[in-house]
Amino acid sequence: MAVNEIDVKYVAYLARIALTPAEEEKLGAQLGQVLGYIEKLKELDVTGIEPTAHAVPLVNVSRPDVIRPSLSHSEAMRNAPAQANGLFMVPKIVE
Amino acid sequence: MLNRLTLTEVSAQLAQRKVSAREVMQACLDQIHRVDPKIHAFLSVNPEDALAQAEAADKARQPDATATHRPLLGVPIAIKDVLAVKNQPLSCGSKILGRYVSPYDATVIEKLKAAGAVVFGRLNMDEFAMGSSTENSAFIATRNPWDASRIPGGSSGGSAAAVVADECIASLGSDTGGSVRQPAALCGCVGLKPTYGRVSRYGLVAFASSLDQIGPLGKTVKDAALVLEAISGYDVRDATSIQQDVPAYAQTLNGDIKGLKLGLPKEYFVGGIDPEVKQAVRVAIQQLEKLGAELVEISLPHTDYAIATYYIIATAEASANLARFDGIRYGQRVAGADPIALYCQTRGAGFGPEVKRRILLGTYVLSSGYHDAYYLRAQKVRTLIRQDFLKAFEQVDLMVTPTMPTPAFKIGEKVDDPLQMYLSDIFTISCNLAGICGLSLPCGFSQNPKLPIGLQLLGKPLGEGILLNAAHAYEQSTAWHREKPVLG
Repeated sequence: MAVNEIDVKYVAYLARIALTPAEEEKLGAQLGQVLGYIEKLKELDVTGIEPTAHAVPLVNVSRPDVIRPSLSHSEAMRNAPAQANGLFMVPKIVE
Repeated sequence: MLNRLTLTEVSAQLAQRKVSAREVMQACLDQIHRVDPKIHAFLSVNPEDALAQAEAADKARQPDATATHRPLLGVPIAIKDVLAVKNQPLSCGSKILGRYVSPYDATVIEKLKAAGAVVFGRLNMDEFAMGSSTENSAFIATRNPWDASRIPGGSSGGSAAAVVADECIASLGSDTGGSVRQPAALCGCVGLKPTYGRVSRYGLVAFASSLDQIGPLGKTVKDAALVLEAISGYDVRDATSIQQDVPAYAQTLNGDIKGLKLGLPKEYFVGGIDPEVKQAVRVAIQQLEKLGAELVEISLPHTDYAIATYYIIATAEASANLARFDGIRYGQRVAGADPIALYCQTRGAGFGPEVKRRILLGTYVLSSGYHDAYYLRAQKVRTLIRQDFLKAFEQVDLMVTPTMPTPAFKIGEKVDDPLQMYLSDIFTISCNLAGICGLSLPCGFSQNPKLPIGLQLLGKPLGEGILLNAAHAYEQSTAWHREKPVLG
């Protein structure tokens, strides 16, 4: 099991999710179990196999570089949790 | 009882002006009022808006038009809460979106509206489509219409339950690892996952972008074909959508499957399948053979690795996609002293346990030092899984399997055992990894209690036409699709 123990606190910080100590313990154990299961992929020899990013063989999909209609400013701001002067409000970033 | 009709039947009656769209919509609303307090398929419904759309459809009907002209005109179609419908709430079954209201229509919604459908309701789902039981909804657990103590499947549990409980005529769901087919099987309706790229994902809240597809759920195969036809097609706003014409799926259903080569993947008929499911699927395969299909045993050697591959790729993509829910531009916000604290608090309070588990797993498999061992390796195994399918499809036209290893389980049975829950996706997951199309339709019932069993057919990339025709042939030669639950 030790092999599959993950540093839940560190991963949760990377993912920007605050966890309670109880959550850390429970999720940590469950993730260890899932990771243990996932280990089975190591049985396979994947030497020389190309990775698949998605199933449709498309490359370099582009469109003409022209302005298209998009959401209006007020529509884009419509669901903002906090706003002022047509801008999203955030906590202070610079001291 | 207009709500009990199939889409094909409603469409014909509307075209003949035997009924109005308003009456059909009202019948669905009455049914929702009657049964949804028990089923909980819907998170919300706006009756005024739905009836106004129905009245507009009645006005738009041309006097001499037939049902083939605009088959969806005036037909109530309910929508999974993961698709953007302009001016309607969208929560993805999560608290984190707060009182979010969509500022635009998803492409599939635009298309349904253009076809004249009455687009209504927000159907319950596992939070961010992560789950196999709809128990992960932050709001309420949807019940299986056949047995209210059991799950309806997931993540499109509301979409399947609403169709089977006759609360709508058809619905839309989304399928990342089986989320349309699996609840269709457990509730007893038809559910189709199109080929990756067949349907535009614009306006579908992303879970795992390389696996997600929107798909129809309906009472019959023809109904699903009619909805698929309306929502398919290239879309400049989804760079992964395929530039290929949409066939007239419904019109080409002729039920003739003589000489069709039907593959039985030997890895799918091993241990762990409930005996009643095994028996129902065996009888269904015999029926397909009677109809003229030729059975061929095939092998998909990497089947055993599909779930592990899926839960690396899907969670990795989810961890990136769900980074956008940060409490800044929309949704719920929990205050913090600085932006990082705000993100952590908002996401800690807003996401439920399964979403947290998957984001953490996805973050871990992408993190420095583990990326190659997990994510890159999974992408390579994905190549092997896809090659298995493409190779097998050189020998056969379709594959046939159970959709689920068991009928619907009890609410609460697997909720604290995520790995067991993940393992129940064994038959549906590879289809998304390979990017092919798949469909589930009713093929029988367990005895005691009486619960639906689903048959899964898998088709080649863009092979929806053949897939639907074989399903139609089977369905029309059996009576399973006519069975209805007693809703008390």
